[in-house]
Amino acid sequence: MLEYVAIFVMFCLAGIIAAAIIGFSHVLGHRTKSKTKLAPYECGMTTTGPTRRRMTIRYYIVAMLFLVFDIEIIFLYPWAVVSRRLGLFGFIEMLIFVFILFIGYIYIWKKGALEWE
Amino acid sequence: MEQLITLSIMVVKNIVVVLVLMGFVAYTTLLERKLLGRLQVRPGPNRVGPFGLLQPIADGVKSFFKEDIIPDEADKTLYVLAPGISLFTALSLFAVIPFGPTVEFLGRQVKLVVADLDTGLLYLLALATLGEYGVVLGGWSSGNKYGVLGALRAAAQMISYECALGLAVIGTIIIAGSINLSEIVNAQAGLWFIVKYPFGFIFYLVAGLAEINRTPFDMPESESELACGFNIEYSSMKFATFMIAEYAHMFTVAAIVTTLFLGGWMGPGPAYLGPLWFIIKVFVIIFFFIWERGTYPRARYDQIMQFGWKFLLPLTLLNVVVTAALVAMGVL
Repeated sequence: MLEYVAIFVMFCLAGIIAAAIIGFSHVLGHRTKSKTKLAPYECGMTTTGPTRRRMTIRYYIVAMLFLVFDIEIIFLYPWAVVSRRLGLFGFIEMLIFVFILFIGYIYIWKKGALEWE
Repeated sequence: MEQLITLSIMVVKNIVVVLVLMGFVAYTTLLERKLLGRLQVRPGPNRVGPFGLLQPIADGVKSFFKEDIIPDEADKTLYVLAPGISLFTALSLFAVIPFGPTVEFLGRQVKLVVADLDTGLLYLLALATLGEYGVVLGGWSSGNKYGVLGALRAAAQMISYECALGLAVIGTIIIAGSINLSEIVNAQAGLWFIVKYPFGFIFYLVAGLAEINRTPFDMPESESELACGFNIEYSSMKFATFMIAEYAHMFTVAAIVTTLFLGGWMGPGPAYLGPLWFIIKVFVIIFFFIWERGTYPRARYDQIMQFGWKFLLPLTLLNVVVTAALVAMGVL
């Protein structure tokens, strides 16, 4: 339990430091406002069009693939901790799991989800 | 009374670790600039104090007094919050890393780690993923096209290498039989895991470089294409906060590599030399990070993504299977 209290204290400290740094600079720095200064910086050009426009579908695909694979990887963690005690049985079970994962991997590769052009 | 002393030792440990970490982070920036300078046959910063030793302090003071701009287009709440999230996660990551053995201090046994969590490795992975929010929200909220592009790239790149990162550490868990970082260090008493599990070390180092956005994976802030990427609109100490977070994250990744593969605080000499050995090993890894920044150019974005998904991911998976097979056969 004490370990988690320590984590909590660490969170508080990190939060205070982050807030203090940002807060102090907010108070200390001088400030003069002008319309052009507060406009988006694009190397001197006037901005055209919306900023948060539609983006390529590839980013969504990567996010989906990440979700699938990361969950599968997290499933390997509990197995990894006790793998020594499970011995050969655990190893073969894991092989089946990784094999199924690998079939999915081959499938997304063949589908072209990993291409980025 | 007893509990009060335990509690105060814990708080003192917390404060000391955070302050020492901030100090090291400040001087890692100087080390990087000095070393990069030397690698490019120039002296690096050498005007502020002897050998430029006061440079980090001068930078900090300057940043505090610079104008703090919040652009009109920005989502104000997220814009202010983003650098805070980055720094918060980068600092809290260090809580579970053991930097020394159990030592005797004022007649009690004190573990030289802030929180000896049984789920230490999971904590590290979870918080490192949270750190991405700082970068992504920072780029997204500034209302700048370069920033949005940088944020998108950062998100896609970091989650791509997260898989390889998660897989690379599984071998260490199999060999050590625990995800408690202190126990992983103790399991390396005979032989460091870099010898037992060398490919895991290499894969972790490569994926770690992508995770902390350093060359050749510094896509999110590729200066020559995106003019600075996700932190383009940031100024003053908010900009510096991103920098501090980046270096703190780099320091932590080096510390994780040290803990998982280089035997952590282990070294010859008495127990109280543990932290010294730990810091020496961490700086060897940091030296490597700086060295390769001075050596390699930036890779193209499609190459980075394809390398992560088509090369690193299957290889780390294969590495896990081979390691498991070796453990099952009783070799490791």
